[in-house]
Amino acid sequence: MDFKSFVFYFFSTILVLASLRVITARNPVHAVLFLVLAFVSGGGIWLLLDAEFLAMTLILVYVGAVMVLFLFVVMMLDINLDRLREGFWSYLPLGATVGALMALEMGVILGGSYLNLFESSVPSAASESNVKAIGRLIYTDYVYPFELASVILLVGIVAAIALTGRKRKPTKAIDPARQVLVKASDRLRIISMPAEKKE
Amino acid sequence: MTLAEMQFVLPDLRPAAAELFVLAMSCLILIVDLFVKDPRRTAVFALTILTLLGAAFVTWAGASGEVVYTFSNMYVHDFMADVLKLLLYLTVIVVLFYARAYLLARPLLGRSEFYTLTLFATLGMMVMISAGHFLTIYLGIELLSLSLYAMVALDRDSPTAAEAAMKYLVLGALASGLLLYGMSMVYGAVGSLEIAEVAERLQAGQANHTILVFGLVFLVAGIAFKLGVVPFHMWIPDVYHGAPTAVTLFLGTAPKLAAFAIVIRMLANGLIVLSHDWQMMLILLAVLSIGIGNIAAIAQHNMKRMLAYSAIAHMGFLLLALASGVVGGDARYALNAYSSAMFYIVVYVLSSAGTFGMILLLSRAGFEADNIDDYKGLNRRNPWFAAMLMMLMFSMAGIPFFVGFFAKFAVLQAVVAAGYLWLAIVAVLLSVVGAFYYLRIVKLMYFDAPADASPIHAPLEVKLLISLNGLAVAVLGLFPDILMWFCLLAVRLSLTILG
Repeated sequence: MDFKSFVFYFFSTILVLASLRVITARNPVHAVLFLVLAFVSGGGIWLLLDAEFLAMTLILVYVGAVMVLFLFVVMMLDINLDRLREGFWSYLPLGATVGALMALEMGVILGGSYLNLFESSVPSAASESNVKAIGRLIYTDYVYPFELASVILLVGIVAAIALTGRKRKPTKAIDPARQVLVKASDRLRIISMPAEKKE
Repeated sequence: MTLAEMQFVLPDLRPAAAELFVLAMSCLILIVDLFVKDPRRTAVFALTILTLLGAAFVTWAGASGEVVYTFSNMYVHDFMADVLKLLLYLTVIVVLFYARAYLLARPLLGRSEFYTLTLFATLGMMVMISAGHFLTIYLGIELLSLSLYAMVALDRDSPTAAEAAMKYLVLGALASGLLLYGMSMVYGAVGSLEIAEVAERLQAGQANHTILVFGLVFLVAGIAFKLGVVPFHMWIPDVYHGAPTAVTLFLGTAPKLAAFAIVIRMLANGLIVLSHDWQMMLILLAVLSIGIGNIAAIAQHNMKRMLAYSAIAHMGFLLLALASGVVGGDARYALNAYSSAMFYIVVYVLSSAGTFGMILLLSRAGFEADNIDDYKGLNRRNPWFAAMLMMLMFSMAGIPFFVGFFAKFAVLQAVVAAGYLWLAIVAVLLSVVGAFYYLRIVKLMYFDAPADASPIHAPLEVKLLISLNGLAVAVLGLFPDILMWFCLLAVRLSLTILG
């Protein structure tokens, strides 16, 4: 085993173990941290394939932004773990049996040939700069899916606003825009009264 | 390579004109909506209908029998896409008219987002129908699903709607994951995700068969989830029941057309070499769906839940037709089988639009006519609509000579031609079981005393559309050849294996 395969198996092992811990960890904060570990190992594997731009994006965007946000939300939420795990043990035997059966079937189908498959070489991406290659493809061959992805994001925005941004009648919140537009004449009425003589 | 050396060729936008039009109009409506003060949102509704009519015109004007690829083969324009898209616009327009009164009576639902999300979902379905690449299929599905999740949850005050949306979102994400995993396996085995390219390379035999079949299992599971067939059907009854009826109407009709299109594109066009493998899977799914769907529907007392189980059974029938295309590597029966599948799905969409439309017609502010007891004595309240619903129920049950009968007949003919006689017998027996719950509705309407004698109010155009919908089921039953001819033509001009 040369050094490259060693590094690959090293990262893959960490990736699989970390992913496993994401779904088995009792504490949701730990689960999120394991997910961060899984992403970093995934980034390592991408680096190995000379896809350094994707690796960096994965770490910057997912680990740096998305996961931090995630961690923040998880810490904010007051999750009652015991209630979440109610019924876990009663479902476990059936779930474990089905899961084990499926894993066994996949193992039988793929068998030993999977290891040989790895030797069928992985194409190297490093003939030119990653950023350049991705940039060119996104705006030429993949312009259609790229635009579709942006439409999906737009729908995400519309959906989020539709589901959360409705005005509730009974709240006493003040709209700053309306507040700024207020003129003195809206609030203040000046009445001219005849002067009265003090008795 | 320097900047000057890079050749940028503008893709041919003409084949995708309808998609571009719908996208541009959706964005325009989003902006127009900001200036609409009217709480009835009449302007937004009218613009949405105009957009769909405009898209229909664009599609109609661009229709030709040729297969045209654009966007580096990611988009395919062919006759089947044209026919399905025109049917899609028609369905969405009818859905919007049926839903209008229901939405007006419920201010939380009747916001402009309902209309814009409907348009985005329609765009997603158009992308699915015209997909020439696995990636486009996936993105189309996501665009459709994301809009649908939000639409199911639009009624925020209803706990059942929130529960339905949650279940739909989680299971839909799982299904997307399965589909993507299957696609990645196909890519690993073949080295391309372009449907035509995949088919070519598979014909040439340059692919790892084990990995391919492994991926195929996940692909079929993902499709089964999206279609809602047993054993991936658990979300269907809850979502149909929990969603606001106007959304259920949309959810239960138009997406079925798009789902049919992606099955044809992915399995029949892309992976036809593996037909032996996927046909076995589809047969298994189909038999289970027809069985469980029809039997579980009997136990339902909620009309929407009953129709959900009926949808599962109908999707089973669709898979039955799709599974009998290739016999022993011989694609002689493919044209017949796939066109009968298309015929079946069109007829199903027609009947289910009418049935859900009837639920909306009988509902009013603060009252949902979704209990089957609400249909008691409908004949005495309004004999005309009772007759319409009776015809729709007869068509769904497959009673001669309504169009649903010919749809089932065409599918069974394809199944028998493919040599699965036992399968046809099982399907017929289970359909007879299914006829019970459709006929129960008819019995309630005609032989029971009405529980609630309030007259039915609806705008004229809705009454007219429902009547047309009901009559279409009967008239197409007398002349099924016209629709069948279109389906045959569409499949013949679009299926690559037929050469």
